[in-house]
Amino acid sequence: MARNPAQFALTSRLLHWLMAAMLLSMLFIGAAMVTSLGNYHRLVALHRPLGIMILVLAIIRLVNRTFTTLPPFPPTMSKRERLIASASERLLYTLMIALPLVGWGMLSAGHYPIVMFGPLHLPPILPVSPTLYAVLRKTHTIMAYLLFLAFLGHLSAILFHILIIRDRLLDRMALWPVRSHNHKDP
Amino acid sequence: MNDNDGQSGDIGRISSGTMILRLAAIALVILAIAGVFAYAGGWLTPHTLTGARIVDRFEQVNEVHPGFRRNHAKGVCLSGYFESNGRGTALSKAAIFLPGRVPVIGRFALAVGQPYAADEANTVRSMALLFKLPDGEEWRTGMNNIPVFPVNSAEGFYDLLLSSAPDPATGKPDPAKMGAFITKHPEFAKAIQLIHGQPVSSGFADSAYNSLNAFRFINAKGAEIPVRWSMVPVQAFRPFNSAMSNKSNTNQLFDALIAEIHNGALQWHLIITVGQPGDPTADATLPWPSERQHIDAGTLTIDHIESEDTSPARDLNFDPLILPDGIAGSDDPLLSARSAAYSSSFTRREGEPKSPSAVSTAETGK
Ligand code: HEM
Ligand code: HEM
Repeated sequence: MARNPAQFALTSRLLHWLMAAMLLSMLFIGAAMVTSLGNYHRLVALHRPLGIMILVLAIIRLVNRTFTTLPPFPPTMSKRERLIASASERLLYTLMIALPLVGWGMLSAGHYPIVMFGPLHLPPILPVSPTLYAVLRKTHTIMAYLLFLAFLGHLSAILFHILIIRDRLLDRMALWPVRSHNHKDP
Repeated sequence: MNDNDGQSGDIGRISSGTMILRLAAIALVILAIAGVFAYAGGWLTPHTLTGARIVDRFEQVNEVHPGFRRNHAKGVCLSGYFESNGRGTALSKAAIFLPGRVPVIGRFALAVGQPYAADEANTVRSMALLFKLPDGEEWRTGMNNIPVFPVNSAEGFYDLLLSSAPDPATGKPDPAKMGAFITKHPEFAKAIQLIHGQPVSSGFADSAYNSLNAFRFINAKGAEIPVRWSMVPVQAFRPFNSAMSNKSNTNQLFDALIAEIHNGALQWHLIITVGQPGDPTADATLPWPSERQHIDAGTLTIDHIESEDTSPARDLNFDPLILPDGIAGSDDPLLSARSAAYSSSFTRREGEPKSPSAVSTAETGK
């Protein structure tokens, strides 16, 4: 069945929802772990490998984006809205890649072993440096909160389209195939 | 016309009442998500104890000494090696226990919050170690020279810090505050008897250092064994004697250690205590029965001592849960709490300007 040109490619849609779930979990795990004594260690141990998985998926996603045709913006979006949407997509991609890199880099600078699972660990990507560690640790927090705000903005915009403009914007990202809108219902 | 065939521009089709309702619904969804996030991040529960709040308490009683550890602030760094004899492999698959030698760096310290405090014989002494395994894994452990920990929860430690802080009027802890503390944390009474009952050795070199918390060893068959470990000195025990103490030297314990290492390497045996089912693993104030099996897993040799000012061990977090595959934490709640507090202390001190350590290895290096 030919893809509806108004929908994202299936790989893009799968990556979108998988990563949405992972990023949101990571934000909550991150916020919860630094304020939990009892679960701190368990959550950090989960946070590291999940964050690295996000990095790998984000790179795959970026490559996938350059190799698939994107659906055109719907006519309900003004020129200004399109500019904002493109800018916020760029911000989300940047954070998706930078945030885990900063996490990896700050642990490297802080002289930590970067443990994934069991004996598996990653090599450091930066030299040991107290100042670098301190700066990156702060950057990690700021970027994570920025990602959370960007997510809230993204969600508000989508909800506005679905509920107020009612242009079926969500169909573009739906996991199931959606018929092209210019086919009339029977 | 129904919703399904609206291609675009339905915006004019909902009444302004519906529109306000829907806008409110959107705002509600966003606020709910932000609220759950704020809750997860602890903003709505300002009285729950966190790593940062424990470190605030250290700063409250000791003041802030920028660049220094918030506890065990006064120290000197060590390096050397660990020679495993292979006997630990029956208990744990961790690569550290395979026969052979691995490099070690670490730090001796006094459990004080003030980096320039004068050495006192009965201040808790510590040894923190980082074993660098051949495959790049690390084992970090911080051990104290007391037989048990004084409290069994992070809340207990948090309360103890304030209750035992010297009263400005008398220079001693306020007995009323200590009384209230013991009522709230009854395990302290027995633990402090055990701690005070242990004879004090002459210095760092003839002290034994204990993990206090329980851990789990996982062997090649997948069996989990509860353990505690100690570094037991090869140097013969000499009781501390106030006659040999030199009050005019505020670094007397550190200087003696530095002189001893400059004189020749010091050694400790890594002794693993094998727990039995029923031995308390979640309470660091309770000793295990003395007849438990002890396994000597190898020998630590410390042949180099260096000031914090130049050693890489200053900028290390001896998080007790940085463990190689084959060693894992137990159900002791102190472990995860220590991880959280050490991370907070580490993050603060790494971002601060550094001042010279009170302990220099040069002056006694002759
Ligand atoms: C997209 C991926 C990631 C997200 C969304 C994320 C999010 C967060 C958040 C929200 C925090 C809490 C910040 C604070 O309140 O101060 C945090 C802390 C942290 N993250 Fe990440 N993170 C990601 C990736 C990583 C990666 C890949 C690593 C390491 C390999 C990492 C390591 C850490 C560490 C060590 C902490 C702080 C622990 C402490 O200070 O005690 N993160 N992260
Ligand atoms: C909840 C209880 C405890 C709290 C809140 C606590 C807190 C701290 C803090 C904040 C530091 C400074 C960390 C840094 O900046 O790197 C520290 C260091 C240390 N702690 Fe604890 N601690 C606790 C229990 C223990 C226990 C049970 C032991 C066991 C033996 C221990 C042994 C050490 C040692 C050896 C160091 C010094 C490490 C070094 O030389 O760098 N602590 N502690």
